[in-house]
Amino acid sequence: MEHSYLNSVRVNNDSCTGCLLCVKKCLVHAIRVRRGKAVIISDACIDCGECIRCCPTRAVRTLAEPLTELKRYKVNIALATPSFYAQFDGTLSASVLWQGLREIGFDSVFDVPLAGDYISEEIETFFQHYQGPYPVISSACPAVLRLIQTRYPELIPHVLPVLAPAEAAAIYVRRETIRRLNLAPEEVGIWFLSPCPAKGTNIHQSIDVAHTAVTGSLTLSSIYGPLSLAVDRIRNEKNELPEATVGTSYQLAWGLDEGELLSTGCRNGLSVSGPDDVDEILQQITLNKLPDVKFISCYICRSGCVGGPCVAVNKFVGMKNLKKRIAMRRLRERANRSEAMQAARVCDGFPASRQYIKPLKAKPAPPLAGDFGAAMEKMEQLTALEERLPGLDCGACGAPTCHNFAEDVVRGYGTEEGCIFLKR
Amino acid sequence: MEKRYTVEVDDFERAGAASISLKELLQKLGLAPETVRRIAIGTYEGEINCLIHGGGGVVIADITPHVITVRIEDHGPGIPDVEKAMQEGWSTASEEIRAKGFGAGMGLPNMKKVSDTFRIETEVGKGTTVIMGFSCV
Ligand SMILES: Nc1ncnc2c1ncn2[C@@H]1O[C@H](COP(=O)(O)OP(=O)(O)OP(=O)(O)O)[C@@H](O)[C@H]1O
Ligand code: SF4
Ligand SMILES: [Mg+2]
Repeated sequence: MEHSYLNSVRVNNDSCTGCLLCVKKCLVHAIRVRRGKAVIISDACIDCGECIRCCPTRAVRTLAEPLTELKRYKVNIALATPSFYAQFDGTLSASVLWQGLREIGFDSVFDVPLAGDYISEEIETFFQHYQGPYPVISSACPAVLRLIQTRYPELIPHVLPVLAPAEAAAIYVRRETIRRLNLAPEEVGIWFLSPCPAKGTNIHQSIDVAHTAVTGSLTLSSIYGPLSLAVDRIRNEKNELPEATVGTSYQLAWGLDEGELLSTGCRNGLSVSGPDDVDEILQQITLNKLPDVKFISCYICRSGCVGGPCVAVNKFVGMKNLKKRIAMRRLRERANRSEAMQAARVCDGFPASRQYIKPLKAKPAPPLAGDFGAAMEKMEQLTALEERLPGLDCGACGAPTCHNFAEDVVRGYGTEEGCIFLKR
Repeated sequence: MEKRYTVEVDDFERAGAASISLKELLQKLGLAPETVRRIAIGTYEGEINCLIHGGGGVVIADITPHVITVRIEDHGPGIPDVEKAMQEGWSTASEEIRAKGFGAGMGLPNMKKVSDTFRIETEVGKGTTVIMGFSCV
């Protein structure tokens, strides 16, 4: 069944002051101020979370499950992502962190970097047979996928048809848990420890996965408090040998914007992060400016998932933590990347993610009118109206620019009286 | 409906501005993504030639429900040998231009490839006009 898209960012009207900051900041112009409050146009929102970051009153938040949701399942498993590890010092043994997750309610933990060791291999194999257009665009950040669907639908053939490691991990761990413990699917909760609203949306809407195995997402910022208390306690009780992760150092690096290139050994690749830079690079690909580049890893958050809007620790601290953990892990693995990854792949029957991927659908903003001729007429009206506007982009109408206001009016999502200059 | 975009001389920073504006406009009219992309690529190559070789000029898009025609006009040096200019890999771009990543001699051949109809009107010393037609079906 086709679900209509619903983004994961919400505005709390009690604390929103209608200050316009998020309206101006939004890359895809998906926010308006109406009657003094910010309103998010769900169809246009890509869940990048810039509004969450910039809101001075913290009125914009992400929809995510509370820890109490775990009670509804017999067995709960946490997916420990690279950005999760980045919240803690890199010398802190992973087993301490996992024990901490058990104490706050999970029954077990699956190490997402381990799934990365499979996914990276799959990406390398994919490139060996690939005949399609270059550059290939990574599919790991759902906000980037949304941007492509809505604004650059012509680039869909460039998108890497491979699952993000966490999704592949979920499919594997769900299947194994059901089999080993003889449970019904609805008795198992698989939880994504998420740095962002985008991953949450992906879970609920299955943008790129035919049958997502993830139950829901818990933001890193929401679990950080109870978890760090638990971790402090465990750390004082037992002093284990430093153990970084199960998956290799290369997969831990997926939390940083360059990780995908490092883990796939791709030398002719770019890593691009941040909404404006990602938008610009997609524009360049559309104009065919980069046909000689093989792979582009794109993350909507600056510096990658460590910089997600729902992480608990400062991005730079997260980067330091993760790099330290990467260095710790490297001490215990083979120097050769492929050999290290090979040695890490210990799961039986880990799924090939390509079996599960659903081709992205184009979801461009609807045209001004259903019929081309009628749309042209509306475009003429839009241009005519825009000429009467001052072009100051003052925002008093609640739209980010005069152009957006004019478009809202011709689309019937606003009236001319909204502009204080036209009213005069 | 007609849309005009000016192309400033040596404005590398904004190179592609006309193609991007045109692309956004055509998307709002509901044109198929693949057609939009062909037009964007063709217009971009024309815009760059207009700026690098033609000394700046204008992009004029004539939009009808069936055909979109993009004209790129300049009053630059003109092209002495059009047949040669149309060959893949043939370029007179300077070292400086090549250093900026242009000058592979692929622009005109690509414009022809992405468009449904393609014509060059040029006169040495007077200028060049490239006209691309794209059918909307
Ligand atoms: N508007 C123009 N005015 C004058 N000469 C032009 C014009 N457009 C193209 N030419 C000539 O035709 C040649 C081939 O053009 P083409 O666009 O195919 O390649 P290029 O611009 O040199 O390189 P590329 O487009 O691959 O960056 C140019 O090098 C130039 O000599
Ligand atoms: S970069 Fe990472 S954290 Fe940010 S939106 Fe994309 S997937 Fe989420
Ligand atoms: Mg050229």
